[in-house]
Amino acid sequence: MSPETKPDFLINPEGLRVDGRRTDEMRPIELKVGVLKQADGSASIRQGNTYILAAVYGPRELHPRHLTINDRAYLRCVYRMATFSVPDRKRPAPSRREREISMVIANALKPALFLEDYPRAVVDVFIQVIQADGGTRCAAINAASLALADAGIPMKTLVPAVAVGKAEGKLLVDLGDEEDKYGGGDVPMAMLGTTGDITLLQQDGSFAKEELVEAMGMGVTAMKYILELQKEALKRAYTKKVAIEGEDDEEYEDDLETDLGEAEIAGEEDE
Amino acid sequence: MGDYSAEVISNIDRDYVANLLDAGKRIDGRAFDECRNTEIEIDVVAAKAEGSALVRLGNTSVIAGVKVLLGEPYGDSPDKGVMMVTAELQPLASPLFELGPPKEPAIELARVVDRGVRESEMIDTAKLCIEPGKKVYMVFADIYPLEYDGNLIDASSLAVAAALHTTKFDEYKWEDGSAVATGKKLDLPIQNSAVEVTVSRIGRHLVIDPSLKEEMVQDCRLTMAVDKDDKLRAMQKGGGPGPLTLDEIESSITMAIERAQDLQKLIKETIKARKKK
Repeated sequence: MSPETKPDFLINPEGLRVDGRRTDEMRPIELKVGVLKQADGSASIRQGNTYILAAVYGPRELHPRHLTINDRAYLRCVYRMATFSVPDRKRPAPSRREREISMVIANALKPALFLEDYPRAVVDVFIQVIQADGGTRCAAINAASLALADAGIPMKTLVPAVAVGKAEGKLLVDLGDEEDKYGGGDVPMAMLGTTGDITLLQQDGSFAKEELVEAMGMGVTAMKYILELQKEALKRAYTKKVAIEGEDDEEYEDDLETDLGEAEIAGEEDE
Repeated sequence: MGDYSAEVISNIDRDYVANLLDAGKRIDGRAFDECRNTEIEIDVVAAKAEGSALVRLGNTSVIAGVKVLLGEPYGDSPDKGVMMVTAELQPLASPLFELGPPKEPAIELARVVDRGVRESEMIDTAKLCIEPGKKVYMVFADIYPLEYDGNLIDASSLAVAAALHTTKFDEYKWEDGSAVATGKKLDLPIQNSAVEVTVSRIGRHLVIDPSLKEEMVQDCRLTMAVDKDDKLRAMQKGGGPGPLTLDEIESSITMAIERAQDLQKLIKETIKARKKK
């Protein structure tokens, strides 16, 4: 329920957005790796009020068999929203929107994976939106990419994602719910962390070419920042935490047993 | 993490669990009447859901969210609101859960938890009426397991109870033929509180709060909804065809009532801690 009303300003006279952010400012992002014990890999993301869990299972035997791909693994992404994640109760059955988003998320992640290493198998990525407040498909990709790494699926790179958009003529980074609903356009993007190649690009609203190019540039900057957050989250999960007395700062110590996570991070930092 | 991608368990595991029980032990070292560590976290979906709770029962975790909507009353109860519980077993929570429409376990979970809420008359649905025959509040409590390590029913029932107890929703009143928001927030009309407790029978042993491995070897389980006055408000025997003796049922009830009192305390403390904030 909780009736939503259109805010008077998406950008107030001082140039600030409905939640007080500057136009190029992201919401606070909290990434956690290894949050679900039953899954082979998992991660959660909180981005403002958006809260999403991602679980990865596999590589494992694929059912039903007719989906088998002979020369690589099938990446099955399932994006679902909880009934209580939105102002109105979402009907429990999968919607066409959820199916489409599942597909574009799979396409955004695939180029980062060595699926050819696991012919005929399936890698399942299950994404559950617990609370939706704008930018869920991008937040989902941020979490899913970490969950894949946590599951030990061979990856070329992590995949950061962000939605850029427009309200009242100004370009905005990381759209919130109201900006998405009442703003002038939404451009969700994802990219390969190493090369910067774009793996998800959708758009609605109206943009001039120059505007769109500028918006995408802002998106890439934001995604580079998110990529660093993703690496940090992996480091937190895969290095031993050392509490130093009298200091608030957390320090990390390399742990040989979890060298897998470290090697990948180190490799990416060379880029 | 074990891969139980088929719902079977080897005879070796089965014998192992059974032999341990014969020796008076459970696989995770608990006493037969000892539950796993139980935690409630409320307001986990504070921005969108009217009420919500995350429950951890050992390595099992469940989110319940409450949505309160306006709707038309059912024809046979024009002056009563609607209270409904649903559940979905998302494959995110376990390698045992598959994609696709809800199967029997999801349906049973939702219906058993629903029965606990309904039969205990936890919510006074007569107070959820805005205009008889026209508009009532419809309360949906939806269950999403996040991690499945056995005993989803108890975790879900506790999560639903905690979410309902802490729900705040917009008040509407009837004016000139339509429902108008008053701008006030209401609590749900809670008139009772019930939680469900499950006891498994494995061989001739009764164990409370079965873990996943125990569920896989159980002969059957008995779930009991116990209200705040220690009254049994609903029961369900499920989880296998094994029979129960009357003595076993009585012992199960005794275990359930004791556990339910602890859970009621936990709910009360959770609500108290929130009021202090």
